[in-house]
Order: sequence, then structure tokens, then C-alpha cells
Amino acid sequence: MRILVVEDDKDVANFIVKGLKEAGHVVEHADNGRDGLFMAASETFDAIVLDRMLPGGVDGLRLLETLRSQNNTTPVMFLSALAQVDDRVRGLKAGGDDYMTKPFAFAELLARVEALTRRGKSEGPTTKLVVGDLEVELLSRGVRRAGQKIDLQPREFRLLEFLMRHAGQVVTRTMLLEGVWDYHFDPQTNVIDVHVSRLRQKVDKPFASPLIHTVRNAGYMLRVEAP
Amino acid sequence: MRAEPRLNLPAGLTLKPSGADRIFHSAGVRFGLIYASLFGISALALAAFLWWSTAGLLDRQTDAAINADSQGLGERYAMSGLPGLVATIEQRIDANVDADSIYLLVNPDFRRIAGNLTDWPRRVTMEEDWFELPVERGRARTLVRLHHFDLPGGFHLLVGRDIQVRAQLRQVIADAMLWAAVIATLLGIFGAWAVRNLFRSTLADVSATASAISAGDLSRRVRVTGTGDEFDLLAETINDMLERITRLMDGVRQVSNAIAHDLRTPIARARIRLEDAAAHAEGEADLRAAIERAQSDLDGIVAIFQALLRIAEIEAGARRSAFTRVDVAPLLRDLGELYDAVAEDAGQRLTLEIPAGLEVFGDRDMIQQAVANLLDNALKFSPPDGTIGLRARHSLHGVEIEVTDQGPGIPTDDRARVVERFYRGESARSTPGSGLGLALVQAVAQLHGGGLELADNAPGVRAILRLPAREASIGMERPKALT
Repeated sequence: MRILVVEDDKDVANFIVKGLKEAGHVVEHADNGRDGLFMAASETFDAIVLDRMLPGGVDGLRLLETLRSQNNTTPVMFLSALAQVDDRVRGLKAGGDDYMTKPFAFAELLARVEALTRRGKSEGPTTKLVVGDLEVELLSRGVRRAGQKIDLQPREFRLLEFLMRHAGQVVTRTMLLEGVWDYHFDPQTNVIDVHVSRLRQKVDKPFASPLIHTVRNAGYMLRVEAP
Repeated sequence: MRAEPRLNLPAGLTLKPSGADRIFHSAGVRFGLIYASLFGISALALAAFLWWSTAGLLDRQTDAAINADSQGLGERYAMSGLPGLVATIEQRIDANVDADSIYLLVNPDFRRIAGNLTDWPRRVTMEEDWFELPVERGRARTLVRLHHFDLPGGFHLLVGRDIQVRAQLRQVIADAMLWAAVIATLLGIFGAWAVRNLFRSTLADVSATASAISAGDLSRRVRVTGTGDEFDLLAETINDMLERITRLMDGVRQVSNAIAHDLRTPIARARIRLEDAAAHAEGEADLRAAIERAQSDLDGIVAIFQALLRIAEIEAGARRSAFTRVDVAPLLRDLGELYDAVAEDAGQRLTLEIPAGLEVFGDRDMIQQAVANLLDNALKFSPPDGTIGLRARHSLHGVEIEVTDQGPGIPTDDRARVVERFYRGESARSTPGSGLGLALVQAVAQLHGGGLELADNAPGVRAILRLPAREASIGMERPKALT
């Protein structure tokens, strides 16, 4: 995927660019708002990682507003040291698709950026999700694995649905909290781990190969294990 | 206290005005002058009225008598000619007991025909009608007021009154008024001086308090006299403001102390790990492990920072503008469901008692986080087979959310302190945590105008979070309006 990184801090920019390249993406980098706006408007990207405070007269918010006023819908992930709720709200109102605060873990950034690009593509009305031998009917809320029916609580269903929609991608605990529970804070206890482990009991335990995998230092991933 | 206050006080508040120029910029002097001029104008108006109603009245009475007299004589002359007029004049002179009436009738050559003046006064000319002049009457020289008429046939008539006594009276009144003016001026000056001093002494306390505070003595307060007047209200408002500033400063001090002490430890730990790894690590695996541990230490520090900033953000109250009506019943049920799994995992039991329709006025995210913090605590401190309760009920002013556990509880002495940032009770020292959880709950409760109460659950803690149903002004900060 082609990703544009607009970030003025050299160390942070290098770190992100290196990490994204290692994950197999094509990365362009601009170190000020003016260049960033020029590149974002003249080329096509699958996602933009955008700092809020930028040199060059155009800050992140202005850049994004200008971009959106030109009907450019490239998914944008804000990456900012401005961490207050109001800052987040302002960023999302300006047309941002996600908002992360510094300092951040790269795994989280990668997972979220990849989730953004996926969101951009599969906006069609899906009624059925399939990963390997696991099938989820979204309308009737039926779950089957290898032809066998699995009973899930409503919340477990939504957790599974979220994992299925992001199949093959790393999903972090924060993403699950926000996506499944709509919580915007980090509980001290490992609530997400407990719920994922319950889901595993029902979806993975009775079957030969697990689908829900733990990704160390990052989160979870639902995928078919390579034979 | 320093000799010169650091605060830039308005000119009127300086206690030592320097130079004559500054005197007129002083509000005290200005008020004094305003008082003096108002007093002067009132005194002047009063004097003018007194003059008009005494001396003026006498003058007007004299003129009216002269007018009436002359009119009568004029009619007499028209009716019965010169002899009639002469007879009437002589009759009136005889009838005048006080001998203050003056008549003089002369022929066209200004020779006397009748009257009690010997001859025509030289200063009485034909151009004017009214005269006030001294004349010789008998032996005495006296002041008279005269009116002069021309009669048909070339005759001239003077009608007048002796006003010597009245002139003396007028002089007495004028003298009295002069003295009164002197006294009024002195009183005005004294009054102005008194007003200026009153003004200054009233503000001196405010000014002295402000100077003391700017010099660093934050405990000073403006004196409240207890009369409940406008100055008292002002003093109370200023004191309230000072209280609030002190509280905020205490908060800042508390946070910086906390950062100095409580963040030093994890930062030191991360630093030691890295230094130790750099110096003693054997092989790459060892190095990696050390780096990862240091990384998670740093994540912990970041989490503490975020919690601190979040509390500060809540306390600043900027989000109050985003408050709406929130039904906490589904919100609590969701949280219950989220934590039920965790409790079950730990062999504990979570019981819910949540009626439907619990409306409060607030911020959904904050309430979620506050209740989550209480549940986190309850789960952390409850024994493996303990029961945790999450209950909600309507109260008089809103909703009470109660979280109970069966842990070791909080000693009574500690209850006030556990809501402070970074404070950790005896029983909490051995468990993981930052000591910020209850501080955040407290901040959320206060922002909503509610409260957090920590009671005994025997055993364990019963934490009660009160949230009002209606928009509440924050009790602590309600300003007293000047009415």
C-alpha cells in the first residue's frame, strides 16, 4: 500500500517510515505541511499519517481541511502530542479517520493504519464473513465453524465480527475497546484478554486449528494458520 | 513584605501618592473633590433660596406697596383732579403712623405742591421709573426707594418708602450668609478629606492583601466587617477568588510533588535496566529482554502521565460544555458485562442491581471511566471467592452508583487521603497501580457537581458515586453574586 507520512520530527519520521516499509508498504515522507499538502493533493495514497503541529505555515488540521474540501477521501490518521479530548474531537471533526497520541507503540500505529486502508475498500454491504471454515451470517447472527453451529452472546458476536472484518490484520486491545465496546479509556485490568479468551473457548477450543492468534506486544489476529 | 508592592495597582490604590500630579489621579482625591463640589453647589442653592425668600421678599413687598399706593393716587387724580390728589396725599401722610411713606407732588417747574419731601431729589431723572437713593428727611439722612410718575398736565409725582431698616436687615442677612459660606467651605474641605480617607482606608485592606499575596503570602485574606454591605460582598468575592487560586495552586504543587517523587522511581528503574543491560548484558537475547522490560516501564510512565493529564483536564472543566442527558442504566449494564467475565475468571462474583431509566446530566465517557476505575479497584482488592456489587438507584437529586467489594477495606483515617493523587493505602502498596484511580473518580464527581463517598462495607469498601440529574453549579466554586 502507498502511505504518506507527514511528520516534522526526524527521529519519529524515520522510525515510522522504516517500520511501515518493513511491513511491506510503499512510503513517502514530507517534513512540513506545505510539501505534505502538495503531495497528498497531487498523488494517490491509500492512507496518510499526519502530525498536527507542522512547520511551513500549514498545520495538520489546515492540511486535512484543504484536502477534504477538494473531495479527497484518503483515510487520514492523526498522530499528535495533543492528547486532550477536545484535541481529538477537533481532529476527527476536521475529517480525520483516527487519532493517535504520542508517545505510541509502533504495533498499534501499524494495526490502525492497516485497518484504515481496509475500511476504505470494503464499504460494500456485506452479509456474510468467511475465514477458513468459520462463517458468520451478519443478518441472522448465525455462526458456524466446519458446519457446526456455535452459540455466542451478543457482545461475543460483535467481538468476533470485528476480528473477522479485520482478518489477517493485527487488532490491538485499544482498537477492540473502541470498536466493540465504544470505550475511550484503558481499563487497568486485562478485560479484553479475558473476553478474547472466552471467545476462543467457543470458537477455537473444540476444533483442531486455532483461528484467533495472540500477537506478542501488539494484540490479536484472526487468520487461517498456514499449513 | 517588600517596601514596594510588585502588583501594578490602579493609581487610587497606592498608599503613598508621589507628587502633586499623582494626587489628582488618585480616586480618593477625586471622590473627595466630587463630594466638595456637590456640597458647595447644595450650599449655594440653599443660600440663594434663603436670600430670595427673605431679603428678596422684603424688596418685593416694598415695591408692591409703592405700586398699590401710586395706582390709588393716579385714580384719585383722574377722578377729582389736582385738589383731590393733594388732599389724598396729605391724608395719607397723616394716617401713616410709621412715617415711612414718602410722597412728593411737583408742578411742571419741579416746585413742591404737596408731600413730605422738601424738594425734588436731584438724582431722580425722567429717564427711569425706579430709584433707590439716600435723601434728607427731617434731621436724618435715610435710604429710600422711589417710584416716579408723570401726571397729565405736566405734574410729576414721587411715591416711595423709607427702607433704611430693611437695608440694615439685608446687611445682617448678607453678613450671616457670608459667614455661612465660610463655614460651608470649611465643612466641604473637611468632608472631602474625610471621604478621601474613608475611601482609602476601605481599599487599603484590599490593597494590602493584594500586595501581601503578590509578595508570596498566600494565606492573607481581605477583612470582612460583617455589615453585609457592598464592600463586604466585594471582600467576600475577592476571598472566594483567593480560595480558588490557593486550591488550584495546591493542586499544582501536589502534582509536581507527586511527579517529583512518584515518577522518579519508575524512571530510575527503566534507566537502571538500560544502563545495566548496556554494561553487563551477555548476548543479544539478554539485551533484548532488558530493552523490552525498560520499554514496558516507560509505557507505565506514559500511562501515569496520561492519567494525570486526564485528571487535570477534567478538573479544568472544559468538557462541561459537552454535557448532555445520559441514561447510565445501559452504560452500567455494559460495564457490568465487561467486568463480569474478569470477575468470573478470578473466581469472584459480580452482582448487578440496576433499575431502568437512570438519567443524569454529564459526560458519558467520563462516567464510564469513573465506574470502570471503581470496578477495577473492587476486583483488585476482593479475595478470590469474594462478591463485588454494582448497584444503582435514584436519589433525591439524581443517581447513586455503588460499587462494593469484600477486600481489606480502607482505614477511616485514610479515607480522605485515598482520593489524592498518587496516595496509596497500606493494603494497596503491594498491588500494581498508580494511585490515580480514585483521584480521577473524585475529579469526575466534582465536575458533575456530585460527590464520591467511601464507606465501610464490613468487610471491604462501599464506594458511592453521586451524580445529579440536573445541570448543577459546582458547589465548591459557586461565586456569590453582587446584588
